[in-house]
Amino acid sequence: MNQPKEIALRDVTQTFRGGALSAIGGELVAVDRVSFTLSSDPSRITSLVGESGSGKSTIARIILGLQRPTGGTVTYNGKDIFCLEGRDYDTYRRDVQPVFQDPYGIFNPFYRVDRIFWRPIEKFGLATGKARGLRLIEESFEAVDLRPADVLGRYPHQLSGGQRQRVMLARVHMLRPAFIIADEPVSMLDAAIRVMFLNVQLDFREKYGMTTLFITHDLSTAYYLGGETMVISQGRIVERGRAEDVITRPAHPYTQQLIASVPEPDPDARWTDRIEVSEQTAEVKSASRDRCLFAERCPHVKERCWKTRPAMMDVRTGHVAACYLYGAASHEESRDAAVTH
Amino acid sequence: MPETLLEIADLHVHYDTVRGKSRAVDGVNLTVYRGEILGISGESGCGKSTLAAAVLRLVKPPGYIGGGVVRLHPRDGTSIDLLSAEESDVRRVRWRRLSYVPQGSMNSLNPVMRIEDQFTDAITAHSNFSKRDARRMVPELLRQVGLGAHVARMYPHELSGGMKQRVCIAIAIALKPDLVIADEPTTALDVNVQRLIIQTLADLRDQMGMTLIIVTHDMAVHAELCDRVAVMYAGDIVEVGDVRQIFKEPRHPYTRALIHSIPKVGGVRTRLGGIGGNAPSPLAWPQGCRFHPRCSQVMARCFADTPRLLPLDTTANGSGPSPIVACHLYPEQDGSRVTTALTPVPQ
Repeated sequence: MNQPKEIALRDVTQTFRGGALSAIGGELVAVDRVSFTLSSDPSRITSLVGESGSGKSTIARIILGLQRPTGGTVTYNGKDIFCLEGRDYDTYRRDVQPVFQDPYGIFNPFYRVDRIFWRPIEKFGLATGKARGLRLIEESFEAVDLRPADVLGRYPHQLSGGQRQRVMLARVHMLRPAFIIADEPVSMLDAAIRVMFLNVQLDFREKYGMTTLFITHDLSTAYYLGGETMVISQGRIVERGRAEDVITRPAHPYTQQLIASVPEPDPDARWTDRIEVSEQTAEVKSASRDRCLFAERCPHVKERCWKTRPAMMDVRTGHVAACYLYGAASHEESRDAAVTH
Repeated sequence: MPETLLEIADLHVHYDTVRGKSRAVDGVNLTVYRGEILGISGESGCGKSTLAAAVLRLVKPPGYIGGGVVRLHPRDGTSIDLLSAEESDVRRVRWRRLSYVPQGSMNSLNPVMRIEDQFTDAITAHSNFSKRDARRMVPELLRQVGLGAHVARMYPHELSGGMKQRVCIAIAIALKPDLVIADEPTTALDVNVQRLIIQTLADLRDQMGMTLIIVTHDMAVHAELCDRVAVMYAGDIVEVGDVRQIFKEPRHPYTRALIHSIPKVGGVRTRLGGIGGNAPSPLAWPQGCRFHPRCSQVMARCFADTPRLLPLDTTANGSGPSPIVACHLYPEQDGSRVTTALTPVPQ
């Protein structure tokens, strides 16, 4: 492998303005100074976990170049992705491939699905001649457990949701990109198909060294994929670390609450306590974002949480949280307080 | 002996499509007992939502009831077959005796009506209450789902998704029905809100003694909320059992594969299996056992013989109620041809 490839986000901010947002001050900060790097070496799966409206899909759109952020930079191998030209642009387009939530939306209903394979074969010169191209396509179908005969020559509406999503994976397989940006790819799939999809994703990393940014609202999916997990809330990454650490030993009070609310698929592990009915009506945003945005719901809230936005603090090796509980100050004591819940 | 509230026998629901007849629900037998929370699970397209709608005789064209019986035994002792009764009789039962929280109902609240008017609409349409009486009932109904009385004067856009879903549940219980059917009540909600809805639904049974049917593909919701779970595959039920049995000792190969496809949060991470192949089409279900093309334990007779849904005799090991399974792996079923799934299961 030559030079490792790298997608780097630095202080990426996305603000939406408009009359429809007048109720919350005319401005919505969807992504708020988010920084992280995805590297092809070593390849790994990074899950970005968040609830609806947390800004996770906006981040996917920005990385794919579909949306230009209002602040910060996104670079690919050191070059700003919104200023790429010629060869660099083609390389980026080829190296970074998307998989979206609803694969129906991205197929052109007037073309057979074959077209989404033949176009990149031509564009990127993946194979010469029809026979070789076809072999390439068939190989890719096998890698995702699809029979070519079930799919080739068909129109998108003739395929099931699971098939469509696997067609997209087959395309990814054929292109062997360095990066996959997957935005909620399994949320519309049934449990059994979902697992197959996730297994293929794991294989891709192992066999071809693909690095994936996997965006999901589902913590069990993030745990299953392993690798690194980042938790996003109200446009900010609040916690980051190995999936095992973040999900089984969450540090940020937000993550702790989130994980406590995930129903377990085990009738012997039902919730025994009740949760408070909070009567938050349609989102009330305070004018100041220069604070911890979880302060009003946090059981450990302190004076300073209202005054400045917490930076990432070390929780343990390779595990950080944007929470003052983990400040250099009362390190050990506060950690224990936070972990018992 | 548990009291039977609803009996579904040999229910068929078909949709006429340009490509032929789609047998969405194809011969379902199921009994619902008073006071229980019954889960109906299955993958998309297995017919679970169609089944829920058919129980209320709310199947819309091009769908129609192809046959069967859905008998409700309400508190007042008047049994009614919802499929053969006059529409006016069904209307009298709907909402008062059994009500429905359809899929995505929280998005179907009228955006230009105050919440209380949406209550009074539903109440006056299905009962003899005056508008004024109906309005008086609203604060108490809101309280029962954990909402404050001030919500009555609000519009849907002022509420969060979870609040709207609770409003829909409150509307469904307005006339104190015996049975509430909720179709995917937690889908598309964030986890905190999902938990709140699960808690609200559990309260309907625990505090108000209602009977619930929860239709969802989310097995974790079944584990959290239900007493019994019916597993649907390809238009029919393949297994019914106590929730613990379904999760700990699933009998049908499909149920097993389904349970083993659920990733868990925490614990040892093992590679899960999933189910190979594709879900079959309701236009042409496979012959014999409909799961046979994807089954890891398929036998010769599975190709031609359709297994019947019959109770498994577990008196040998003595614990728990008898699971009901439709699978040739359990040959002991064959001796008991007279038994049908309608026989009450001791609980």
